[in-house]
Amino acid sequence: MTLSPVQQELAITVVKVLVLFNALLGLFSVMTWAERRLLAFMQFRLGPNRTGPIGIFQPVADGIKLFFKEELIPAGANKWVFVAAPALAVFTAFLSIAVVPYGGTITLPRFAWMPAWLQGREVVLQIADLDVGLLFIFAISSLGVYGIVMAGWAAGNKYTLLGGLRSSAQMFSYELSLGLSWVGVILLAGSFRIHDIVAAQAGGFWRWNFIQQIVGFAVYLVAATAEVNRTPFDLPEAETELVAGFHTEYSSMRFALLQMAEYVNMITVAAVGANLFFGGWLSPVPFLPDSPLWFFAKMFAGLFFFIWLRGTLPRLRYDQLMAFGWKVLVPLATLNILVTAAVVAFHPFAR
Amino acid sequence: MITVILFYVFAALAVAAALVVVAQRNPIYSAFGLIVTLCSLSAIFGLLGSPFIAALQVVVYAGAIMVLFLFVLMLLGVKEEDRTSGRALKAVATALALTLAVEMGVVLVGAARPAPAAFDASTRTVAQVLFSAPYLYAFEATSILILAALVGSIVLARRDA
Repeated sequence: MTLSPVQQELAITVVKVLVLFNALLGLFSVMTWAERRLLAFMQFRLGPNRTGPIGIFQPVADGIKLFFKEELIPAGANKWVFVAAPALAVFTAFLSIAVVPYGGTITLPRFAWMPAWLQGREVVLQIADLDVGLLFIFAISSLGVYGIVMAGWAAGNKYTLLGGLRSSAQMFSYELSLGLSWVGVILLAGSFRIHDIVAAQAGGFWRWNFIQQIVGFAVYLVAATAEVNRTPFDLPEAETELVAGFHTEYSSMRFALLQMAEYVNMITVAAVGANLFFGGWLSPVPFLPDSPLWFFAKMFAGLFFFIWLRGTLPRLRYDQLMAFGWKVLVPLATLNILVTAAVVAFHPFAR
Repeated sequence: MITVILFYVFAALAVAAALVVVAQRNPIYSAFGLIVTLCSLSAIFGLLGSPFIAALQVVVYAGAIMVLFLFVLMLLGVKEEDRTSGRALKAVATALALTLAVEMGVVLVGAARPAPAAFDASTRTVAQVLFSAPYLYAFEATSILILAALVGSIVLARRDA
C-alpha cells in the first residue's frame, strides 16, 4: 500500500488521536480510583480495596454500575440542553489537550513488518503543533464553562442553577488570572507555541520557569485549581449548600461524562503546568537524557498535588473566593507581567 | 480542496446558527445559536491562515461576552418571547430587510474580485502592525477608552454602597 505524504501524515495523526484518547480514558478511570485511595490514606481510611488486588478494578465496577443505572431526565428539564451539556463538557475537555505536547520528537524503530515510510520516521509527540497553542487552550477552556452552565440551567432545579451560575462566575474570574499567569512565560520564550516555551527552558532545572516566574507559577497554581473546580475552590458542588451543584440531576452515564470532563480538565491543567513551568520533557540535570517519561513524572506530580490539596484544605466561602480572585490574583499577575516585560524589554540578554 | 470543503461547512453552520438566533423564541436558544455562529467564524479565520484572530474570536466573543449574556438570561429567567405583532412594524422591517438584501446583492455582484494578496497573519505580524505607526494611536486610545468604561462601571455599581 502506498500513501501520499498527506495521507501518511493523516494516518499518523489519526493513530496519535486514538492513542491519546484511549490513554486519557484509561487515565481518567485510574485517577478516580487513585484519588479515592489516596484521600482515604490521608484520612486514615482504607478506600476501595475489595475489587481486585488493592482495589485496582474499582473503576471497572463503577463503570458497570453506572451503565446499568437508570438514566433520568427530570420532568421540568429542557431535554435537548440537558442531553447536550455533558457531551459539550467532554468535547471541550478533550479538545484542549490536543495541542499539549507530551514529549519532543521520537524516531520510530525500523522493524521489518513496518511499511517503508514508517521506518525511522520522526514523529512529534503531540496531536497538533499550533503556532498559537496556548491561546487555543485558553479559548477552548473558556468554552468549557458552557457545559457546566448548560447542565445547571437545563435541569430546571434551583440548586443546579445556582451551582451552574456560581461555577460560571468562578471560572470566568479565575480564567483571567490563568491567562495572565501565562503571559510572563510567553514573554520569556517569545512565542505562544508550547514547543518553543519548553525549548526555552533547556539546560537543567535551574532554567525552568517556575524559578524565574515564581509569581506566575503561584498564580497559575491557584487559578488552575479554581478553573477545574477542585478543593478548596469546589464551590459549584458544595454539598452542604447546593446538594451536588450543577450535576445534581444527572445520573448514569451522563453523570459519568461530567465526571470525565472534570478529570480530563485536571489532567490538561497538570500537563500544561508541567510544560510551562517545569520544562516539559526536559531532564532536570544535563547528564540525563530528555524523555517523555520526565513529562509524565511531572504531570503525575501535579495530579497528586491536586489530590493532596483536596485531602488537606477546607472549602472557601463564595465571597472569599471572589475577593481573592479579583483583589489578589489579578493584581499579582499583572504586576508579574509588568516586571517580566520590563526585564525582557530592557535586558535583552536575560535569556 | 479540504480547505474549501471546510469553508463551506463552517459558512453554512454560521448562517444556519445565525438564523436560529433570529428565529428562536427562547432567548437561551438564540444565545446558543450566536455562540455557534461565533465559533464557526473563528474556524473560518483559522482557515484563512490567521490562528491568532481565530483564537481571539473565541476567547473574547464566544468565551467571555456570551457567558455574560447567558448569565443575565438565566438570572432573569426569561421564558419564551412573544412574536412581535403589528402590521406597520412588519411592513417596515420587511422593507428594510429587502433594501439591505438588494444593496448587498448589488455590491457583491458588481464588485471586482481581485485574487487575495498573499498575506502573513501570524501572531508576530499582527502584533507588529498593531504596535506600529498608523494603528498604534488608535490602539492605545481604545485601551484608554476601555479603561474609562471599566472605571465608570465600577463607579456606577458602587453608587448605592
